[in-house]
Amino acid sequence: MTCCQTCEIDATGVYYKEMNAQIRKAVEEGAEHIVLRNVTGQRYIGTNLYQATSPERLAKLQIDVYGTPGNDLGAFLDGPVINIYGNIMDASGNTMNSGRIIAHGRGGDITGFSARGGEMFIRDNAGYRVGIHMKEYQEKRPVMVIGGTTQDFLGEYMAGGVIIVMGLTLAVDEAHYANHVGTGMHGGKIFIRGIIEDHQLGAGVGITEVTEDDTGLIRKYIEEYARLFEKDMSGITVQSFKKLTPLSSRPYKQLYAY
Amino acid sequence: MKNLSQVNNPYGEDKVISACSIFGMMETSGKPISGEAAFKAVANMHDRGNGLGGGFAVYGLYPDFADCYALHIMFASQQGRHYTEQFLQSEVKVENSQEVPTRKTEGITNEPMIYRYFVYPKSDRGDELSDDDYIVKLVLQINDEIEDSFVFSSGKNMGVFKGVGFPEEIAEYFRLEDYKGYTWTVHGRFPTNSQAWWGGAHPFSMLDWTVVHNGELSSYGANRAWLETVGYKCTMFTDTEVLAYAIDLIMRKQGLSPEIFAKIVAPPLWSEIDMMDSDEKQLHTALRSTYGGLLMNGPFGIVVANHEYMIALTDRIRLRPLTAAIKGTKLFFSSEEASIRLIEPELDLVWTPMGGLPVIGKIGSLPSPEDSKKRHYDFAVI
Amino acid sequence: MQGENTVPDIKIDTTDKSKPLQRKASDFKIRSNRLTEFAVDRDYDRCIKCEVCVRQCAFDVHYRDEEEDVIKHRPENCVGCHRCAVMCPTDAIVIQPNPAQYRVHGSWSSEHVKDINRQAETGGVVLTGSGNDKAAPVYWDRMLINASQVTNPSIDPLREPMELRTFIGAKPDNVRVKDGKLDTKMPPALEIQIPILFSAISYGAISYNVQKAIAEAATELGTMYNTGEGGLHPDFYEYKNNTIVQVASGRFGVHPDYLNAARMVEIKIGQGAKPGIGGHLAGEKVSASVSLTRMIPMGTDAISPAPQHDIYSIEDLRMLIYAIKEATNYRVPVSVKIAAVHNAAAIASGIVRAGADVVAIDGFRGGTGAAPKIIRDNVGLPIEFALAAVDKRLRDEGIRNRITLISGGGIRNAGDIVKAIALGADAVYIGTSALIAAGCTLCQKCYSGKCNWGIATQDPYLAKRVNPDITRQRLVNLINGWSHEIKEMLGGMGINSIESLRGSRSQLRGIGLTKTELDILNIKAAGE
Repeated sequence: MTCCQTCEIDATGVYYKEMNAQIRKAVEEGAEHIVLRNVTGQRYIGTNLYQATSPERLAKLQIDVYGTPGNDLGAFLDGPVINIYGNIMDASGNTMNSGRIIAHGRGGDITGFSARGGEMFIRDNAGYRVGIHMKEYQEKRPVMVIGGTTQDFLGEYMAGGVIIVMGLTLAVDEAHYANHVGTGMHGGKIFIRGIIEDHQLGAGVGITEVTEDDTGLIRKYIEEYARLFEKDMSGITVQSFKKLTPLSSRPYKQLYAY
Repeated sequence: MKNLSQVNNPYGEDKVISACSIFGMMETSGKPISGEAAFKAVANMHDRGNGLGGGFAVYGLYPDFADCYALHIMFASQQGRHYTEQFLQSEVKVENSQEVPTRKTEGITNEPMIYRYFVYPKSDRGDELSDDDYIVKLVLQINDEIEDSFVFSSGKNMGVFKGVGFPEEIAEYFRLEDYKGYTWTVHGRFPTNSQAWWGGAHPFSMLDWTVVHNGELSSYGANRAWLETVGYKCTMFTDTEVLAYAIDLIMRKQGLSPEIFAKIVAPPLWSEIDMMDSDEKQLHTALRSTYGGLLMNGPFGIVVANHEYMIALTDRIRLRPLTAAIKGTKLFFSSEEASIRLIEPELDLVWTPMGGLPVIGKIGSLPSPEDSKKRHYDFAVI
Repeated sequence: MQGENTVPDIKIDTTDKSKPLQRKASDFKIRSNRLTEFAVDRDYDRCIKCEVCVRQCAFDVHYRDEEEDVIKHRPENCVGCHRCAVMCPTDAIVIQPNPAQYRVHGSWSSEHVKDINRQAETGGVVLTGSGNDKAAPVYWDRMLINASQVTNPSIDPLREPMELRTFIGAKPDNVRVKDGKLDTKMPPALEIQIPILFSAISYGAISYNVQKAIAEAATELGTMYNTGEGGLHPDFYEYKNNTIVQVASGRFGVHPDYLNAARMVEIKIGQGAKPGIGGHLAGEKVSASVSLTRMIPMGTDAISPAPQHDIYSIEDLRMLIYAIKEATNYRVPVSVKIAAVHNAAAIASGIVRAGADVVAIDGFRGGTGAAPKIIRDNVGLPIEFALAAVDKRLRDEGIRNRITLISGGGIRNAGDIVKAIALGADAVYIGTSALIAAGCTLCQKCYSGKCNWGIATQDPYLAKRVNPDITRQRLVNLINGWSHEIKEMLGGMGINSIESLRGSRSQLRGIGLTKTELDILNIKAAGE
């Protein structure tokens, strides 16, 4: 199976180890676009590409997944773009460093866990602990966009990065589902559109003013979401977003008796 | 099985630890179907187990003996079988019995003899127990007192098939392709002790209630203490055992609904209860304060079934994954969505229930995702 | 010839006042062959003669010698409370155990020698205060707590909810639900936000300000405090939502208003510090206010009899329990408090069957304002064993789930609390630790009424040293710190609710325990 620019891999009945080895081999041989078909639960897609080719080429690599990829999709991802035409499962984007994950469906639990860079776009809803422990450093900042709503512990222990939750799957008077939003958050920002009440927020998180810079960022990602998922987002205004940030950078300072 | 504790817990641990994969499928019209889809789905989650346990619960598979209690018994010796059959003859009317058909399968070794007996309790017993309680007593007696004999299924028109092996190997071994049932639940086990025992695999059953369980109950010690106080004897040292007893106590004996069962083992947090309106608040407070010892803490995802229900539930902070899906009249539960997609690429509805909210499938009705996607408590207006 | 018994004249040099050589009669202590317990060391270079120590010490240790213009001390009076050393603005005072000791002896310790001397002088029962201080093993220190690793996740209490809410009272065997609503009448119960209650400490044993601070701390924390056997001062009726009242053998201050001004009524059968005997509040501590609260004449000794005179057998207990239920219109749970004694398990079983909603057990380290030292140090059992035995017995009999079990007696920290709950307690009572937070230094002289910290006294001059607001804050701080530590340990075990710890012996391991001790506690040895 030698591929040139585009490489098709049929994942039917193929164990993840072998499938991922095929992907890597294709990349090493110069493939720029990989299409995986009939994926049913194979894990770690996009993870094993360290130094499979130059960083510039990795950043241009595109992997299309048809089916339902398994857990840890794009774990430690560094460079490529992964498009998934279906739902994704748990721990997608786990500790990803750069690249893009674009899911035309819903996301699972701990999506974007400990992400350090790159972007994730989930068209519909996502599960528990989305964006837990995301980080950032100077310009290196991960961004996660969720089209619908999420379940509990959104942004738990966030230290940096941006999560944008659009609430598109909710009815007009329906509140977001999550409780304990942002517990332990000590950095980063969550922009959330739709009804969210105080009792749904974790201790130490508060609703704060959306700034000029924030406005530019939100607009940029609304447009990108519209483009990626071919949706008409004209009715979605920046003003409809609330901003959640930690109220202190050292929320646990008073905890210890010396 | 004498020394049952030692057999299932050879290292004398507080609790046998295991992690796993679970799967369930129910044809809600009640029409029995083949289990092939279930075998494929669980094989797809192969990596979640380590081959030291697999099992199935099948409902509706014995239409010819639908009114009999179908006892599945494993024997470690002919003597065990002999004494058991003698005991059965004296206690119940054995309508039919046979060895459970199997085939030699790679990966399955040290197989015990497995027989099934279709029995009726004798009607002239002279005690005041219901038929169900009588059979429970009978099963516990065999499991406690008869050497080398273990009853692992005892419901009507249903059966548990389990052992040491990957679940797909167990399906192969027990020739499960020969059966049809309207509900199939499956478990693949990953125990942390290397010496697994056939009876320690899931599903765990009491009469026609079965449970398959993914996770570990941190509250096991407290749950066990509470259940032993009300007369259950925990001999298997697995947390699934306390789940099975909790189901038996709350749903069978006390007749409370699956919704209430969920509120007892996976109750909402006090911070949520405090915000409820007064009737809800009173109910939830009474349940927590009375049944606090049955609060199941720690990660769990379970699929519980009986002749009319298939119920999925996760712990109240959803530390274990569970996906529910509907296609036509079929309901699916799985640790991983991909396994459902493998057997049914197009689904009508797919969702992950919130922690602590049960998904209740019943013969003749499908659950609505809205019931478990988000919380519905009537919060008091503040 | 001079008489042998006269003190000889000593010639002194009166020109140098800084080094007086003549000793006045007042410089001499009362003859006794008892070694002084504490040595008082004053650094005269630092002493600025401000007389704070003179004013602060109720035991008359420090005094100003006007003639020589110098502060002197009577070490034989010192009880080792350190008030003077703490208050001295120049740190001039050091109080330490008297370095001089009798010859070291494996059986006859200095304490034994001194006690005999005391009894030879007075013919009395040696009194003491506070809890057993002897070196019997502390079994809390021989139990270790579990934590989760890999197979189930720890939970971080800083980020995820951790629930300590506890219900005190009887529980039904099951709950009925009709049309989605509760269809069972629940027995009365107290809801406390943490599994810690303030133990019974009577007004009389402690001062008004301290009891007020405790009542206010209980209110702020969402838990209860216990009036002890001293009755309830009228000023404290405002705390009725957080009050447990006691009905003890002296029946001090027990009247219908009292019974109905509480969330729970506790029948006190015994106390860990002095099992089997009654109480004794010295007349010195029966001030006007104590007299009002206890309904006894001022200045008389308040004696609580050994038994409750209407309870000579278990069926009598049942009678009293229902009398109280009737008197409170079945509105409140009724608790029965016993000392940890050898038959605690069987007694507890009887108490449950007699109709009590709560069983409270007090171990031999429990505190007291006054008790005969011989009883405090020799009677009773460690709470660890009593609790384990009672919990096991009640479970074996199938009645444990019906009632609430509270244990106390020397709970020192959050580790002890977690271990107690794992052994089966629903909640713990704390006494000594609360008083230490209020300033107590365990000098064990509570019975004297001369508590220099203003805690165990009714002397207004001393009692006003306690600021109820500051003390309330200190108590709240202590319990908040402990609550957080409990949550960290629960999270470490992978549980987020206190119900999941209760009775979970498998979360404990013993270290340095014999096989028998392990069996009684029903826990395994570390490593098993």
